[in-house]
Amino acid sequence: MILFILRRILYAIPIMFGVALVCFSLVHLAPGDPLVSVLPPDASADLQRQLRTLYGFDRSLPEQFFSWILRAVTGDLGTSIASSRSVTEEVFRAVKNTLILASFATMIGFFFGSLFGFVAGYFRDTFVDKLASFISVMGVSIPHYWLGMVLVIIFAAQLNWLPATGAGPGGSADWAWDWAHMRHLVLPAITMSVIPMGIIARTVRALVADTLAQEFIIGLRAKGLTDFGVFRHVVKNVAPTALAVMGLQLGYLLGGSILIETVFSWPGTGFLLNSAIFQRDLPLLQGTILVLAIFFVLLNVLVDILQSTLDPRITRQ
Amino acid sequence: MSQDAIIEIKDLEVVFGSGSAAVRAVNGVTLRVERGQTVALIGESGSGKSVTLRSLLRLHAPKKTTIKGNIRVAGHDVLSLSSSALSNFRGEVCSMIFQEPLLALDPVYSVGDQIVESIQRHKGCSRAEANKKALELFERVKIPSPERRLAAYPHEMSGGMRQRAMIALALACDPQVLLADEPTTALDATVQIQILLLLRELQKTLGLSIVFVTHDIGAAVEVADRIAVMYAGQIVEEGDVRTIMRAPRHPYTKALLQSRAHGSLDRGQRLATIPGAPPDLAKLPPGCAFAPRCTYAQDECREGTIALISLGESHSARCRRTDVTHLPHTESVET
Repeated sequence: MILFILRRILYAIPIMFGVALVCFSLVHLAPGDPLVSVLPPDASADLQRQLRTLYGFDRSLPEQFFSWILRAVTGDLGTSIASSRSVTEEVFRAVKNTLILASFATMIGFFFGSLFGFVAGYFRDTFVDKLASFISVMGVSIPHYWLGMVLVIIFAAQLNWLPATGAGPGGSADWAWDWAHMRHLVLPAITMSVIPMGIIARTVRALVADTLAQEFIIGLRAKGLTDFGVFRHVVKNVAPTALAVMGLQLGYLLGGSILIETVFSWPGTGFLLNSAIFQRDLPLLQGTILVLAIFFVLLNVLVDILQSTLDPRITRQ
Repeated sequence: MSQDAIIEIKDLEVVFGSGSAAVRAVNGVTLRVERGQTVALIGESGSGKSVTLRSLLRLHAPKKTTIKGNIRVAGHDVLSLSSSALSNFRGEVCSMIFQEPLLALDPVYSVGDQIVESIQRHKGCSRAEANKKALELFERVKIPSPERRLAAYPHEMSGGMRQRAMIALALACDPQVLLADEPTTALDATVQIQILLLLRELQKTLGLSIVFVTHDIGAAVEVADRIAVMYAGQIVEEGDVRTIMRAPRHPYTKALLQSRAHGSLDRGQRLATIPGAPPDLAKLPPGCAFAPRCTYAQDECREGTIALISLGESHSARCRRTDVTHLPHTESVET
């Protein structure tokens, strides 16, 4: 088991290196001069050259890449061009906010997704199944930024129950576990949970239907288990795959929430990426992407490990 | 018959689906199994033997299946048990082993856990007691290093070992009746014999009554006291093993026995086969279902219902031509 975990972690290292290379190249392939946003339009060529040297943009790309990656390993992702603050600090503050939002969204999505999935799988081809499937298809298909705006109109603008934007009272970006902050979480978390809910519901429905069709279900009934006893076995058979899907969804939400974070002005990674892109803030952009990608890889490792403890066939083969 | 019957099936009919697509899998099976007896149900695929067996535990999906008739197992009227009484009955009074234990055991629970679960479900004892009992069961079915094997998952065991574990699971709550659904079909020949010997030994020491479904006549002869031959959802011939093997009277039984490979099969000699295919269970022909493939069949065989004819003590066949079927074949081929 420990060997399996170590091996999974070792596999992750070359993947992370590849990820770093890809995100560095992509950022540098994109057109546009990173210094445009900080240089005055009439800056002299001398000043331009000076700044270029300061940020290291005058060196060759491989040189830039390796010096960036070496510093990144020590936790230094450079300095933001736009704000002159440490990228590491900026990214981790945003990651924390996104993590809060994404975990809540995933929990909501996982809970309702599993619920709908189990109900639909157990009562296949009945009205309940059709209803649950309809909800999950809607969840995947509705544009979530649109849903976010509709929720804001109803619950913030019309009913005035919940705040529409920000992560805390007075636009504060520092999170605290009190109702004043939690209120801000409700609408974005619900909006964000809709897609994972739909995906998890569909996955769980298929898994439940598949498990129920297997011979061992008859075996379990034949030894006298009640419906609830059989249900426990179904859950344990469905759990590994459902958790893997949930882990992937959490991974997507950690990085893919640009639209929702923009709609709700949530100070997370999506918001940060959005502004980094528009300001051509290369250090901030590549730093954020790298951190998100590493999260994604680590999350997959975690899911793999969790899965192997639930399903003995994964490790021991 | 003086002995008391532990299983009594009367006019069992099982129909899957409804309307014109209804599949009549079992058409009036009547069978008696005495306490401590082993009865083998033999027949080819689709003859209704497994369906009959599963009806004894009412394992068919209730919504898609219509079951008629009467089934009594150890004093329980199986077809009218409430759902909670039914789940108490399953495993405790009557349990089952399956053809492919790899599919019939839950892959994500260890074999020991599955046995313990069953014991705790029916006996309501502590986990430690159930563990002890599981260990005894593994010793009883002769699994080497039983402590270690209890912690194994189904996919970690060999085929023969898995079937032994399956038998241990079935015997976990000391049932009176064991149903075996082709338990040796998925195993290789040497392991088959070991499992058959184990079943016979357990039957003797525990006084079990066994219904053994198989299409392997050799396996049936090895374990059974009586054999019932099924075709198209009916029992076409029933009798003692010796009678069935030496003096079969139903043409189907005769044809089945002839299509076995004996040791004396010469090189280049073709194995005897039964021409044609089993009938479509959704469109059964009138009269005898075997008539289209039967070399003895006459016009009278293709109409009405064929009654079971008694041919001496505990031997019967569902055939109108039993007067000629014991004679050498050639005399009655043409009609």
